[in-house]
Amino acid sequence: MADPHTIHVDIVSAEGQIFSGEAAMVFAPASEGDIGVAPRHAPLLSLLKPGEVRVQTPDGQEQHFFVGGGAIEVQPSKVTVLADTALRAKDIDEAAALAAKQRAEEALRDRGGHITQAEALAELARAAAQLKIIERLRKLRS
Amino acid sequence: MPGTKEIRSKIASVKNTQKITKAMQMVATSKMRRAQDRMRQARPYAEKMRVVIGHLTEANPDYRHPFLQPRDEVKSIGIIVVATDRGLAGALNANVFKQTLYLMREWQRKGATVNLCLIGAKGLAFFRRIGVPILANVAHLGDRPHVKDLIGTVKVMLDSYREGKIDRLFLVNAQFVNTMTQKPVVEQLLPIEAMDTEGLQEHWDYIYEPEAAQILDGLLMRYIESQVYRAAVENVASEMAARMIAMGAASDNAGKLINELQLIYNKARQAAITKELSEIVGGAAAV
Repeated sequence: MADPHTIHVDIVSAEGQIFSGEAAMVFAPASEGDIGVAPRHAPLLSLLKPGEVRVQTPDGQEQHFFVGGGAIEVQPSKVTVLADTALRAKDIDEAAALAAKQRAEEALRDRGGHITQAEALAELARAAAQLKIIERLRKLRS
Repeated sequence: MPGTKEIRSKIASVKNTQKITKAMQMVATSKMRRAQDRMRQARPYAEKMRVVIGHLTEANPDYRHPFLQPRDEVKSIGIIVVATDRGLAGALNANVFKQTLYLMREWQRKGATVNLCLIGAKGLAFFRRIGVPILANVAHLGDRPHVKDLIGTVKVMLDSYREGKIDRLFLVNAQFVNTMTQKPVVEQLLPIEAMDTEGLQEHWDYIYEPEAAQILDGLLMRYIESQVYRAAVENVASEMAARMIAMGAASDNAGKLINELQLIYNKARQAAITKELSEIVGGAAAV
């Protein structure tokens, strides 16, 4: 990179780019303990814990970003933080998966039983259209 | 004067309908723009993710993650179908479902069973009549889907893949080509097709925290989730575009209908006046 005293930082999440720019130093909550990344850091790949990513810009200011977890890739002149937008933990994910499964099961159990309002309305519209056609045919014939 | 009053009230009701369809068209237009923005914002993450996964697999050629390993025999497949929650969006959902049915039939002919994962209320309403197992479902994500609402649903499918219940995972959604065109597309999520490793930087000797396998697992999971998120956002953009067009057409049709009714009304009114006049004239002549 042009300036050996800074490091390029990209913080992105699935829902949008959070930060992109040069930094003098980056701190991140890696899964094995917080790390500080200075320019020309050794290549590193790590998962992140929920916490705060701090970016020190070359003019000495500091910016804070909350991440719900994710991953960080460090190359000598570049840091990429892949941030999660949601808090992640094994049991939270597990619970979410279970809820998704249950919704599907419930929906299947409902089959044939009571119909939803939307379906009933669609049925009604179909019947009304049929009636209209019958009426029109009758008019044509008479 | 039979008829004129009915025609007048009919005109009023069609005008009301036209107001609604016009409003819906305008709402859909503004929502579509926002959805397109979100689509664009989701792109850098997926790109960065692909690069990091590429680096990682490059640096560890001997480690093969199950998500990257194609299976020879496909006994069962999973399909994630992204549909809308609400109707009045033209043929958008119907096209997605048709594409899904083609895909299902193609694999069923090869002897594979099909499992579905449905995103959006309309998908559930359609597919639950077919009698194919539905493993997971999520609906009412709104106009602004969030990754956190999709994690559970995607995890069910990833777990099924890991456990060998499904050997391949597909994603079907409406691709936003432009405002006029939305095309249903099928994408293979698992196993992940070879990532393009060209254009990557030189080989890096990473320090891993924790070990590489665990990082790769976390990254691949997030990668799939981001793909599904992208599909959900793109589907919202497609939905809004389709609704915009459908409601535009509906407003035009309502306008035509109003014109026709107005003509009929004028004729009926004229006929009534003529009749009245002739009655008066007839009455005067009789005296």
